[in-house]
Amino acid sequence: MSHRDTFLHLSVIAVLFAAFFVLPAYHSGSLARIMVLAIYAMGYNLAFGYTGLLSLGHALFFAAGMYGLGLTMQLGGWAAIPAFALALVASLVVAGVVGVLALRTRGVGFMIVTLMFAQAGYLTALYFVQYTRGDEGFVIDQAARAIGPADLSSEAGRYFAALFLFAVTLLVIGALVRAPFGRTLIAIRENEARATMLGYDVQRLKWIALVVSGTISGAAGAAYALLFGYAGASFAGVQYSIFPLLYVLLGGAGTTLGPLIGAIFMFYLIDLSSGITNAYMLIAGVVLVLLTMFLPHGILGTLRKRALPWLP
Amino acid sequence: MMLSTRGLTKTYAGVKANTDVDFDLPKGQIRALIGPNGAGKSTFVGMLCGRIPATRGTVTLDGQDISRLPAHKRIAMGIAYTFQITSVFAGLSVRENLALAARRHLHSAAVVTAKVDDVLDRVDLAGRADQIAGDLSYGHQRILEIGMGLAQDPRLFILDEPTQGLAETEIAAFKTLILSLTDTTILLIEHNMGVVMETAEYITVLNFGQILAEGTPDQIRGNADVQAAYLGTGNA
Amino acid sequence: MEFGPHLMLAMLEGAVTAAILALTAMGLSVVFGVMRVVNVAHGEFYMLGAVIAWFVAATLGTHPAVGFVAALVIAPLLVGALASLADVLILQRINYDPERTIVATIGLLYILQQGTLMTFGPDARPVEPPFNHRLALPWVEWGEQGLALYWPWGLSITSYKLFVIVAAAAILGALWLFMTRTRAGLVMRATQQDSNMARAFGIPVARVYALVFGLGAALAAMGAVLIVPIQQAHYLMGHDPLLLSFIVVIIGGLGSLPGTIIAAILIGMSDGIISVFFSPTLAKILATLAVAMVLVFRPQGLLGKKAA
Repeated sequence: MSHRDTFLHLSVIAVLFAAFFVLPAYHSGSLARIMVLAIYAMGYNLAFGYTGLLSLGHALFFAAGMYGLGLTMQLGGWAAIPAFALALVASLVVAGVVGVLALRTRGVGFMIVTLMFAQAGYLTALYFVQYTRGDEGFVIDQAARAIGPADLSSEAGRYFAALFLFAVTLLVIGALVRAPFGRTLIAIRENEARATMLGYDVQRLKWIALVVSGTISGAAGAAYALLFGYAGASFAGVQYSIFPLLYVLLGGAGTTLGPLIGAIFMFYLIDLSSGITNAYMLIAGVVLVLLTMFLPHGILGTLRKRALPWLP
Repeated sequence: MMLSTRGLTKTYAGVKANTDVDFDLPKGQIRALIGPNGAGKSTFVGMLCGRIPATRGTVTLDGQDISRLPAHKRIAMGIAYTFQITSVFAGLSVRENLALAARRHLHSAAVVTAKVDDVLDRVDLAGRADQIAGDLSYGHQRILEIGMGLAQDPRLFILDEPTQGLAETEIAAFKTLILSLTDTTILLIEHNMGVVMETAEYITVLNFGQILAEGTPDQIRGNADVQAAYLGTGNA
Repeated sequence: MEFGPHLMLAMLEGAVTAAILALTAMGLSVVFGVMRVVNVAHGEFYMLGAVIAWFVAATLGTHPAVGFVAALVIAPLLVGALASLADVLILQRINYDPERTIVATIGLLYILQQGTLMTFGPDARPVEPPFNHRLALPWVEWGEQGLALYWPWGLSITSYKLFVIVAAAAILGALWLFMTRTRAGLVMRATQQDSNMARAFGIPVARVYALVFGLGAALAAMGAVLIVPIQQAHYLMGHDPLLLSFIVVIIGGLGSLPGTIIAAILIGMSDGIISVFFSPTLAKILATLAVAMVLVFRPQGLLGKKAA
């Protein structure tokens, strides 16, 4: 069974690899962005889809990674790799602290507490406007956006760096959710009281899940800043906490490929509608409402329920 | 002693659910805990396994004071607990439910699989191993829950009304199963007097949150206070 | 200006904020109290109230007072009806499942906000106040002849702002009478106590929920109609009231109506005062962190009672 999962994941990675050579430049550019957003959503999915922690504040972790990399590169003059490492540490620490506090609450309380922490983070980014340049944001020098000889600001460099990170995340998460650790997280989502009474330290496991989830989200934020050369406070706003929720709900919560599917669909829906109107978030609102009403398991979740029970 | 409590008390907003319960359960015994509705049985076992924090008093497991430990640590020390209201992982398969119970103390995948297969046979659910637990009948869910307890290989197995809602044949199978667990100390909350009399070696009667009587099934059967408590005429 | 008059000015501005906030947060609190629903779209009902007020005033085009009074009636009714419709069409169908409700109301938030952007446009639009006299305020000073009154430059308030405070208090008073003295209010409170029991006694719980959701939105719309002559109507104006209402409802104890009013006064006043003396962004950071901490360490709210 696990071979089938791995085969599926490797096939998806291979298709994405081939897509660069087939697709026109505009779409491969979009796909690079989608892969980074999908990494973010995969991180989110670990908390929400697998562990049942509905956070409304993941933009805080995304932004911690983005600013962790952006500020050290732009203000500190760091190279890409150490800046990326620092971004991971930054999001890990933020997720660790938020986790300790927010996990004292549950359900609606958890949603509001994470929302509030993220809001405080967004406002903090605005408050230190002399460094972050607030909503307007700042650009990261193109020259610095390279790892050795690989230019990450070029079309190909950006695409394959995004693909590399996406592939690593997908394979790691695929392995994680098959391992006893992942199965236990699902058990917590299904029935927390029972998991406790089987002897699992639910509180600690939830914390670990949130920290891993936050760190992956931070990696996505750092990758976004590195590959697209920009960091701004709007990425810390509520909207960027809603996006991964939207992607995951649409693609299928608790499925390994749901975040990618959801990100592709939403990205193109918003992309197409923003060509028609400036009210492009309308489509996000409509999709959220329709999903909660008619497709609560999302695309892959429904597929798994109806036809393909083996789907990872 | 496998389990002892001293002065165990629980107060809910001034109302006492359990008052100064001193309770001893020797190793290997099958003990039934009975008493009229509202006697404080579920609160008492809740305090034993840590689901409900005690207002005061101590709980000792096999000589170790566990009064301050959170529930999951007590469970990890060898207690298994089945819920009064069926509580399984409804979205997961029967096999996965049992594996989750076994994995807490067994670590290699092969050993877990062997354990799960063993339990599936013992509770007669092998034919339904790949069904989703939530799709099982109520009776089968209860049996699965007992199976999860078995998969934990507990030293002390606490069952809260395990036969509630089971059919006669299932109850008979349950009695056989309990009697076959020779190495396990068992604490059974039970309303079905047939099950109590046939399985328990010793019985504790709880009334108004206190121990009303203790003794062998025959002694309890002949106890006037217990009869009064059940008939609701006496206030002990 | 000296510190004393400056503080008084800040407190007056804070009182206006508190009055509007009390109305808006009360809407959120009533909905949460009766239905246990966290309505994330609440700020958008507020925004719609302001936009409709502009529309009514601009369409009538007569004396500002006529437009204002018309808006004060029409906007809450329309917004309330829209909210009731959303309740019936969306929330009832997902059985008010707490998490799905929040996701659905997030969706509703974007639908209302972006729908307004498409129709009303991105510009901020003013509404003329029905009356607007400047009232200079005196301050006392210890002079040579003992206490003396004087009128410091800049220490003033408009008659309209005073009216806002009085009107908000009157609306809240009327709400309190409605909840405690009328049959409809009794039915609402019975439903709040125990919806299953209420259903057993023949109360049409679904209809009560739709009305309560409408009432909550209408309260936000009333707050917006009152504020729109001071702040302009804009499609993004719902964000801050939503956040502040959340803060108020949480600090006041979820669903506690007296707690909500006390917390609104507390938060509105301190927001006004802190914003005058410090950076408003810093004030908001501290307020959001404070709320998060209250939820973490005292989930029943600062003013709420501990659950048994």
